[in-house]
Amino acid sequence: MKEISTTFTLTTFEINEIEKQKKYYENSRSVSIEALKIVQKKRGWVCDQAIIEIANILNLNPSEVESVATFYSQIYRQPVGRNVIRYCDSVVCYLTGYEKIKKFLEDYLFIKIGNTTVDGRFTLLPVCCLGNCDKAPTIMINEDLYSHLNPDLIPNLLELYK
Amino acid sequence: MNNIIPTEETHPLTWRLRNDRETVWIEEYCKKNGYFSLKKALKTMCPEDVVHLIKESGLKGRGGAGFSTGLKWSLMSKDNSSKIRYLLCNADEMEPGTYKDRFLMENIPHQLIEGMLLSAFALNVSRGYIFLRGEYIKAEYILKKSIQEAINFGFIGSNILNSGFNFELFLHTGAGRYICGEETALINSLEGRRANPRAKPPFPAVFGLWGKPTCVNNVETLSNVPSIVLHGVNWYKKLSKSTDTTGTKLMGFSGKVNNPGVWELPFGTTAREILEDYARGMKSGLFLKSWQPGGAGTDFLIEKHLDLPMDFTSIAKAGSRLGTAIAMAVDNKTNMISLVCNIEKFFSRESCGLCTPCREGLPWIVKILESLEKKEGHKNDVKNLERLCLDLSPGKTFCAHAPGAVEPLQSAIKYFRLEFEAGISIKKLKKCSNILGIQSNEFTSKV
Ligand code: SF4
Ligand code: FES
Repeated sequence: MKEISTTFTLTTFEINEIEKQKKYYENSRSVSIEALKIVQKKRGWVCDQAIIEIANILNLNPSEVESVATFYSQIYRQPVGRNVIRYCDSVVCYLTGYEKIKKFLEDYLFIKIGNTTVDGRFTLLPVCCLGNCDKAPTIMINEDLYSHLNPDLIPNLLELYK
Repeated sequence: MNNIIPTEETHPLTWRLRNDRETVWIEEYCKKNGYFSLKKALKTMCPEDVVHLIKESGLKGRGGAGFSTGLKWSLMSKDNSSKIRYLLCNADEMEPGTYKDRFLMENIPHQLIEGMLLSAFALNVSRGYIFLRGEYIKAEYILKKSIQEAINFGFIGSNILNSGFNFELFLHTGAGRYICGEETALINSLEGRRANPRAKPPFPAVFGLWGKPTCVNNVETLSNVPSIVLHGVNWYKKLSKSTDTTGTKLMGFSGKVNNPGVWELPFGTTAREILEDYARGMKSGLFLKSWQPGGAGTDFLIEKHLDLPMDFTSIAKAGSRLGTAIAMAVDNKTNMISLVCNIEKFFSRESCGLCTPCREGLPWIVKILESLEKKEGHKNDVKNLERLCLDLSPGKTFCAHAPGAVEPLQSAIKYFRLEFEAGISIKKLKKCSNILGIQSNEFTSKV
């Protein structure tokens, strides 16, 4: 999880992926969000040095990339766990009981929202309505969506994520 | 009521749905008259014809605001010297309580793609983007695959069906933040900037993405275009039961109802029909306390409004907005203060922070609601909330985020004032006194 900034470099794969994006847009600035997502994909989060290197590839000032990185909620500027749990805290999930799910997750994992378990296995974050309200309450673990959740189901569900 | 078999004539948006709810891929879509409209338009129509047709059809934007699509299209700069113009599909569905665009994209992606092709043809656009929210992983996979299918079948690319029309379509996925759904914020986001809304004018139709004329339409709006092109204006108008809005609409009910979901229904269907016949009423032991007609940013209505036809004018007359028409039922066991507090926390967190009333006002509203919730409210809290509703009303802020945020609050106070007032602490009132000449709010208000 720890990355020492002096030895950090983007992989050739990441650089190529970012370069490839350029042809879809009129200028390289437009690639910045996608570039951040590319870097985050394998590493889980985006460190300072990655911001600088993305800026170099896109011919931008690092502060421009940083301003984008800090605006969007799904770009993480701090290390996160191997698995990110995002629970929907919007209104239909509120009506159908997301608070119980949140409470259960906090107690079960011994963490508060925004924190990561000591073993680095899970990070817990809220997310806006996942467009799954007819099957609320809803959570997302990494890229998987779970519907009609209730606290009893959670322990077994979490076992799927090591 | 509920066993109507969807047909092409009655359910233009959903008749192609499979019973197993798997995606309708291109072969099946083509077998079910898919891309017929594109063929028709490219062979027999000119771009102006399509714009005219959509204008005549009365199609209104399905993203929430309900602006005439044809009118929006005709605002696109006619200046053909600027060859580059863009069509953007707003697929950044994030309005709490809304799950209709996801439904369309996951089930019938080619209907959207065909709608985009027709719209691009009408607007002389050769490049389009679908701005999809990042969390829609399944929709991302399905759209990517579908775009590739359409390229392989020769519907996307250059000289499409030998008509000389060229169109390329890209899928862009976002990285969170509700405000990206505001069309100028969406453009900023696509340009790789913070998603702050832009000042209007200039409107995107004149100066949009990378400074070029740009049209932004919602997924459901674009999905309506193919059937209008194929079957014409008269048929489309007759679909609706309402006098003010034409066509059908994806409508739904969620919350503590027996069968939450989304259905394609004619405009003018009453909310009661949707709640009782389709969502099969409230769960046992509960009754309806209030409801929002179309997303978290619409005013609450109450039981008596259930008999209103779901269309833009009728719902507006009742003091709310049709919004996305995906309604939410609030049951009698739910405390309105807590519910509204949840909604305001959402809007407060998702404010882009550009203008003061919204950035500062929403957290203030949350703070007041939290103290009312704990029955620790100050005497003037309800009045202050009303005051804040005015401060965040249309015209006072840079975009519609803040006005949308206060709609549920102002209406909740209107219908459930006693609940709010019950949150005011009696103890606090008694303690009210002069401290070194400084008067607390409660004191001043008593005078
Ligand atoms: S109203 Fe809110 S969301 Fe809109 S520009 Fe102002 S701060 Fe941003
Ligand atoms: S409110 Fe939770 S998925 Fe929509």
